[in-house]
Amino acid sequence: MSELTTIVENTLETRFPEVVVRDERKGYEGFIIQAEKLVEVVTKLRDDFGYDYLSSVTGVDYLPEGKMEVVYHLYKSTGGSALVLKAQTPREVASVPSLVPVYPGAELQEREAWDLYGIHFEGHPDLRRILMWEGFHGHPMRKDWQEAYYEEDSKPYKSRWPDGEVWRSEDKNTFHKNVDYPAGFDPETWVPDGDASLYAGLGRVVKPGNGGGLGTEQVVVNMGPQHPSTHGVFRMVVTLDGETITALKPVMGYLHRNHEKIGERNTFLQNMPFTDRLDYLSSMSNNFGYALAVEKLMGVKPPERAEYLRVIMAEFTRISNHIWAIGFLLNDLGAYFTPMLYAVEERELILDIFEAVSGSRMMCNYFRFGGVARDLPEGVYEKIRKLVYDRLPRKIDELDLYLTNNEILRSRGEGVGILTPDQAIAYSASGPLLRASGVPYDIRRADPYSIYERFDFDVAVRYHGDIYDRYMIRLDEVRQSLRILQQAVRDMPEGPIQEGKPQYQVRVPPGEAYGRVEGPKGELGYYVISNGKPNPWRYHVRAPSFVNLTPLEIMCVGNKVADSVAILGSIDIVLGETDR
Amino acid sequence: MDGMGILRGLGVTLKRFWETYWDDIVWWLRRGRRYDSEEGINHRMSINTRGIFTIQYPEEKLPVPEEFRFIPFLLYEEGENGEKQDRCTSCGICAKVCPPQCIWIVRTNDPETGRPIPEPQEFYIDVDICMNCGFCAEYCPFDAIKMDHDYELAVYDRVHNNIYNKEKLSKPVSYYSSIRPTNYTREEQARAEAEAAKAARRAQRN
Repeated sequence: MSELTTIVENTLETRFPEVVVRDERKGYEGFIIQAEKLVEVVTKLRDDFGYDYLSSVTGVDYLPEGKMEVVYHLYKSTGGSALVLKAQTPREVASVPSLVPVYPGAELQEREAWDLYGIHFEGHPDLRRILMWEGFHGHPMRKDWQEAYYEEDSKPYKSRWPDGEVWRSEDKNTFHKNVDYPAGFDPETWVPDGDASLYAGLGRVVKPGNGGGLGTEQVVVNMGPQHPSTHGVFRMVVTLDGETITALKPVMGYLHRNHEKIGERNTFLQNMPFTDRLDYLSSMSNNFGYALAVEKLMGVKPPERAEYLRVIMAEFTRISNHIWAIGFLLNDLGAYFTPMLYAVEERELILDIFEAVSGSRMMCNYFRFGGVARDLPEGVYEKIRKLVYDRLPRKIDELDLYLTNNEILRSRGEGVGILTPDQAIAYSASGPLLRASGVPYDIRRADPYSIYERFDFDVAVRYHGDIYDRYMIRLDEVRQSLRILQQAVRDMPEGPIQEGKPQYQVRVPPGEAYGRVEGPKGELGYYVISNGKPNPWRYHVRAPSFVNLTPLEIMCVGNKVADSVAILGSIDIVLGETDR
Repeated sequence: MDGMGILRGLGVTLKRFWETYWDDIVWWLRRGRRYDSEEGINHRMSINTRGIFTIQYPEEKLPVPEEFRFIPFLLYEEGENGEKQDRCTSCGICAKVCPPQCIWIVRTNDPETGRPIPEPQEFYIDVDICMNCGFCAEYCPFDAIKMDHDYELAVYDRVHNNIYNKEKLSKPVSYYSSIRPTNYTREEQARAEAEAAKAARRAQRN
């Protein structure tokens, strides 16, 4: 960090006097940049200093100060820690310049900040609501916005104890009385114009039959939201010329539950089980990122054994997630359920371990601030050992033999849905999607956290950036995870698993922290602001499934409509995390 | 050569098909019961299982590990004459730590002095809202609320069935020791040690 700070101080602060100011608030880091000069400064940072990767864009509502803030986390794709930039804008007319011209990867994230905070991004090509529906009134993440079942600003609610009069939310807020509509809005007569504006951007061109060919008309087709290929309720609006995709817009938010608002009502600890529900296939990794962010604020470090347990659980999660992704990719290609069931059988044994250790197969809720919830029960260590040394390596080889040289997988995968390295970085792709495009960027190596720098493993990378390589990279990563697991199982020391006494009400000093882990799907980051109270002031999730959808259009255009299903499958999204 | 990849893949399928039935044959020859028996289920759950290892729910059930958690319950000690003594002191920590806030507690007040008595008058859990996170059990200082193992809770009418009151939530300590023997032993030991230390302190003071 010191090196970065000097560079930015020496160069940027002298080159842009009074434009770039260091963030002096207690517990904060980074720089505050005058909003009007933002594009100029970040272009400089990208071109001259190598900050080519915009990881996350976060809106924050500072209600008492009457300000909105947009926080940017910039990284170098060659590794290193974050450069945090902030742009402030008055709350009433919140507007900052859009960074989409510099970093196309900001597109969906800026739309999210507009939708949830009402921050206008000047120059954004397509600034529409993204998670909420078009008829929604207000911007729900603003601190003065209250939800339909609003009870109090923060938990624990006073009505629960000592005079707990039990009631149901739906009895207090009967249907039709819990929804707030914009002025002059009548739900009975309303015709959604959201779809019209969505389709308008796609164009509907009739090509004249020049050169003797037949005249063709472009057709708009909705893939989803109720469609098995979309892995949940996700919609792709595609414009087709014959069977070739000419434009594509992702539509999401069907599973939106305002996870972040819930998170700001919760206490710090209460958020832990909620993170399980983001990417519900890899709850251990979700716990990991959140625990890291809050531990950064609290300044605690888990004991050795807990660190090893964390790594073991996180790597098991990666394996189970990747074999799941491979199985479902094959499903998307039409190999119905046989490969998928072969793949997820091993996941079953991993989930047995999770269940024995954490008490639940999928909603693990295993991490605590400064440790983990409990030690391995009797017999589980032996099972883990047999699994990582014997069974899993054998089974992964079998999966490899079963699928890798399959002619159908190769012909459907090779050269389809290509994402070049430059595009992958510019569009903020992360995880296997980024590494399959030839960018060897893995947070476990690029910006190590926990105890990953102790382990001997390679960053898996593939260079074609197509569906087939995204399949291959998952196999590679499973093998690397097994290497980490074998070392972790071998070296795990005895000892305590929790720093200090377990507490249900943790004291978190004021400040901000961004904790990020290399989740199975990509960079999973938690941006947490504490103001010293028991509840976080801001809790933001940088969800890999969400950001990885930004390059979906460029991967799909020019391919056949059937390939869009496989391309989406190769990104590997979980809608619980996309929609939050 | 084209087609070799597919053929090799089919070889894997054939191997797995064989493995799925091989164990059936071996168990049949040994006169063992591979299905509907504890031994068979444990074998199919083990690291050495091969082929398809489906457990035929609901005819067969997966044994749950001790730490498995599903819906909290309240513990009471059984007296010699069958009277129930709640462990809960209605301190409210579980209600405060509960992430979805599904616990409601009514504290008992002494009718004469108006001071609180360490015993809940009523205790409700809305199991529709409960997310089975296990925090209440983890942070209860009196080991009075624990997570259950019973996961078959389907009902026809959730409005009248799914808010559990104290009566429905209460289970004897003996039930707890049967589903979580290791935890129970550890907690009893810690409790006995704490009691002994307290007694020693008292003895010292006198």
